[in-house]
Amino acid sequence: MSDLVIDTRGLRKWFGPTLAVADLSLSVRAGEIFGFLGPNGAGKTTSIKMLLSLVHPDSGDGTVLGEPLGNRAARGRIGFLPEHFRFHDCLTARELLRFHGRLYGLSGSDLEMRIDRLLARVDLIEAADRPVRGYSKGMLQRTGLAQALLNDPQLVFLDEPTSGLDPLGRLLVRDIISELRDRGTTVFLNSHLLGEVEATCNRVAFVKQGRTIHEMVLGQPVDFIDLEIRVSPLDACLLEGLSAFGSAITQSSADILRMRVESEVTLPSLARWLVERGANVYGLHPRRKSLEEWFVEVMGEDQRPG
Amino acid sequence: MQSILAMAHLTLYEARRRRIVTAAVVCAAAFLTVYGAGLFFVHREQLREGRPLFQQQAVMAVLTIVGLYAANFLSVLFAVLLPVDTLSGEIDSGVIQTVASKPIRRGDVVIGKWLGHAVIVMGYVVVLTLGVVVVVRLIAGPVAVRPFAALPLMLLEIVLLMTVSIAGGTRLSTVTNGVMALGFYGIAFVGGWIEQIGGFAGSQAAKTVGVVASLISPADALWRLASYQVQPESLRNFGAAVFATSSVPTTLMVWWAAGFTVATLIFAVRLFSTRQL
Repeated sequence: MSDLVIDTRGLRKWFGPTLAVADLSLSVRAGEIFGFLGPNGAGKTTSIKMLLSLVHPDSGDGTVLGEPLGNRAARGRIGFLPEHFRFHDCLTARELLRFHGRLYGLSGSDLEMRIDRLLARVDLIEAADRPVRGYSKGMLQRTGLAQALLNDPQLVFLDEPTSGLDPLGRLLVRDIISELRDRGTTVFLNSHLLGEVEATCNRVAFVKQGRTIHEMVLGQPVDFIDLEIRVSPLDACLLEGLSAFGSAITQSSADILRMRVESEVTLPSLARWLVERGANVYGLHPRRKSLEEWFVEVMGEDQRPG
Repeated sequence: MQSILAMAHLTLYEARRRRIVTAAVVCAAAFLTVYGAGLFFVHREQLREGRPLFQQQAVMAVLTIVGLYAANFLSVLFAVLLPVDTLSGEIDSGVIQTVASKPIRRGDVVIGKWLGHAVIVMGYVVVLTLGVVVVVRLIAGPVAVRPFAALPLMLLEIVLLMTVSIAGGTRLSTVTNGVMALGFYGIAFVGGWIEQIGGFAGSQAAKTVGVVASLISPADALWRLASYQVQPESLRNFGAAVFATSSVPTTLMVWWAAGFTVATLIFAVRLFSTRQL
């Protein structure tokens, strides 16, 4: 059996004259924490909805958990926290979870035990028997998270899970995602908080105008290092000498230059060369490109805030 | 089946927690109080004037039908308005997303909500009808009408309108659905009167217009048949009373209405199943 938990080819969705998703072709493997990134209006939420059969694609096909899109049995092994989680607000958190548990086909003491465990995990035991209409945004989001994990899912879709959460709440979500990863659960994470994605995801896909335009693995060793060096005096002779150590040398200010070297093995010899040459070295910083920088680069300069 | 029952249970629970049941009971009590007061004074006046018994009975029979008519009208509004946002509201707010993404059929959501609402609106009709009967009995003693003959027809009418309201909510916004569902009843209401007036005036064409309207929207035809069933023979012969019926729908219309309800429910399931959420 394939280890692909999500495998789609050319999913496309129009809403009237608007093309919401042009070509969703994705492969997500079992156990991955997969980040789905893109600006507002890029079609991320519609993509998740197609994978959950909330929205029917106009063309293309795919499988989720080895079953065709829309398969009911597969949905029993999926958890979902939508963006802006809404709820039946007259219920308490415990009643809400009981209702959703029954929709998963759960009942009796098994369901009650799961509810107690999850309420404790998302730190809602004390508020569990109060109507959720009085909850803070963070409490609601945590209730939604508990709802998404009721069935011990193999695949969880989290659409902006930290929206509205304070730093402690975000940490809680990050910890839960780590626990899911340790358990082998696949997580499909849609988030605008790129630092969070960087801290939790193994792999990310960038989506622009309804099309997956780039995928990359996070935390992998890269085959080059960008350096920022603060050195004085910084003259043409020094710049020429540095070209023996790397490439893409640019001077960004009177005493700062940037360059790219192949590996960190180069760094000691480069530092030694600078000192032996009599230059004053104030700083030598290997820079890893952040996900935010990748995002801007992949999306292109023409991208405007959505 | 568990998901249908879960949806039905949630519907009943929500109605209680959102104080819908309380509001319905308070309104029913207010209606019965006003109705009872009116009935009391009319009855006392008749006794004071020493009207003959048959005349007292006729007036009380008419007033019983008036009471049932008002109960029916309140139930119509209740049946249309109660479920008007049950689907459209949850679609708009996004509540439906976590529900419909569960391993259930979309149709289970519709049928579960239908079941829950049916219990509530049918309960309301039964309470109001019983209330009218009890008030009449307490104030005027036995009256020669058959109110319980009307009950099954009134229940079918109310469930039909409730089903239309739920079906509209699968595709329309809440306000649009409310306008549509009340308009649907309006067709029946106007059609019923056209048929009545056509009957009195002897205009077959007007009667035909009324019958066609009743086929499009059979709700009012059920009430007219119900009110006919309630009346004693003497009142039927009297004929010209406001709530008497000069053109009585046939039992075929009952079957048509029942089939209409089932078809509307199936249509609602289809519409919701293909809806983008």
